[in-house]
Amino acid sequence: MKYKSQKVAYWFFALSMLLLSLQIVYGFIMAFAHMGYDVLHQITPFNTARAVHTNLLVVWLLSGFMGAAYYIIPEEAENELVSVKLAYIQLISLAVVGVVAIVGYHFNYWEGRKFLEIPRPLDWLVVVNVLTFLGIILVTLFKGKKRTTTSLVLTMGLVFAALLYLPGMIWFDNQTMDSFFRWWVVHLWVEGVWELIMGGILAFLLIKITGVDREVIEKWLYVIVGLTFISGILGTGHHYYYIGVGKAWLIIGGIFSALEPLAFLGMALFAIAMYRKGEKKHPNKIALSWTLGTAIVSFVGAGLLGLAHTLPGVNMYTHGTLVTAMHGHLAFWGAYGMIVLAFISYSMPNLTGRKFYDSTTGLLAFWLSNIGMVGMTVAFGVAGVAQVYLERKVGIEFGVVQQEIQVHFVILAACATLFTTGIGFYIYEFVKYGRPNDEALETISN
Amino acid sequence: MLSKSQAKVFFLGGTIVTFAIFLGLSWNSLSNEVPKRTHEENLTPQVISGKTIWEKNNCMGCHTIMGEGAYYAPELTKVYERRGEAYIKAALMSKTPWSPRGRKMVAYAMTEQEANDVVAFLKWIGEVDLNGFPAKPDLKK
Repeated sequence: MKYKSQKVAYWFFALSMLLLSLQIVYGFIMAFAHMGYDVLHQITPFNTARAVHTNLLVVWLLSGFMGAAYYIIPEEAENELVSVKLAYIQLISLAVVGVVAIVGYHFNYWEGRKFLEIPRPLDWLVVVNVLTFLGIILVTLFKGKKRTTTSLVLTMGLVFAALLYLPGMIWFDNQTMDSFFRWWVVHLWVEGVWELIMGGILAFLLIKITGVDREVIEKWLYVIVGLTFISGILGTGHHYYYIGVGKAWLIIGGIFSALEPLAFLGMALFAIAMYRKGEKKHPNKIALSWTLGTAIVSFVGAGLLGLAHTLPGVNMYTHGTLVTAMHGHLAFWGAYGMIVLAFISYSMPNLTGRKFYDSTTGLLAFWLSNIGMVGMTVAFGVAGVAQVYLERKVGIEFGVVQQEIQVHFVILAACATLFTTGIGFYIYEFVKYGRPNDEALETISN
Repeated sequence: MLSKSQAKVFFLGGTIVTFAIFLGLSWNSLSNEVPKRTHEENLTPQVISGKTIWEKNNCMGCHTIMGEGAYYAPELTKVYERRGEAYIKAALMSKTPWSPRGRKMVAYAMTEQEANDVVAFLKWIGEVDLNGFPAKPDLKK
């Protein structure tokens, strides 16, 4: 690392690791419930486990993004973070909001709005937290020597993500209006501005790892984020097919969401092309695996599996079934889980000065977690397609179909065990690196 | 070959144009379509109270409504039509977990008034024009 203040990133990554571990625990609770073993019903009924599982996902990813931004911005702007103390306060408040929300979910303190379960009073704390974070990032950037495209795209993604949180805080009496604006947050985050964040982080990693000229990488970054917005903004329409708005959304949503994979394809081709073009071969093989991995798996998970059920004729039957869970798991993992893990793998040797560039544990973590997640996706897919045919096409009652597909959750749990083993190795490696220290300053410049 | 500044114009221009179209379409939907399709005149205080209870208990954490939510329990958009008022109220007012086919629902032990409100909400949802969702099972014999 080049700047002392970059060390704060480590603690955001540590929080990410902790929350990811907890997220997996709640995932298993749900998998067992689907198998017929809802043994924790009294303490953690399914809706609690579900809200905790998805909210932990969002918070560990955000914590990872924030950590990555705290690492990237000083290096790109050539300036120390303006206030490290404030960054630590922001970290603690993020952890506090997360913990209060999760504990609250066990005591019916929530709002039943998928992904936005955090009650509105706590939402205000989230707003203060994010404003503090953005304040630090923006002032650092403003006072810095340079404003690179990579840092601007990353910051733009973070600012838009904050702005788009607001429509989700408005109360509507009408469920259709509620749903309409809930997607402004959820869809425009994950299929819009989060891709800017992902693109910014990916560009930074490619510049460092491949050594390809910044101008070339940043030019293609603009093209990719352009494709993202052109397809993704109007692609919101694929959430509006069946919520009580007009038929125009069937056409608009169908066409533009079918174009969404192009942005991910662009991302994958971009990463591979830059890797092949790069003359400098960075020794951090594990970071390279995660970087190329995130570009490829996001194309499959978010791009292709999304395309598989985005057209209105298909979605009429798959909407609200386990097919969505299939797409959701590989999409979030490929696009956002893996980019955070890629960044942590890249930055840990630089933060700590220890160079475990090619360790067996690190490679095992990469392969086991990915194979496990692909297996989980297949299990969800088989269960989902069976559900669609039996329930939606043949008309067999929901409960009967769920009993028929229970067996697929055994396979899901087996694959999830593989995934968890991989994540276990990853966290073991993270802990092995130890704390960041000032001796690591300038020992490795990239 | 594309230059960096051209790529930047593509990004900014594409974003502004598509966002403007998106805002226009949204405005049209919210002001012209939603009131008619959702029968906004039927949004009584009881329906709104039902929605509040629905959210307060995170029903979407297990069920889907208009296809949105979780996949652990049945789709409820047309539940009023499918099961009727008495069945729904029995599930909501039960003091022990309602568990058809072994899968447990939280025992909400709602009062008659609360259960009536949720039923009113579900009845209202069932009448919203959802472009044909949920589809009728077309392979059903």
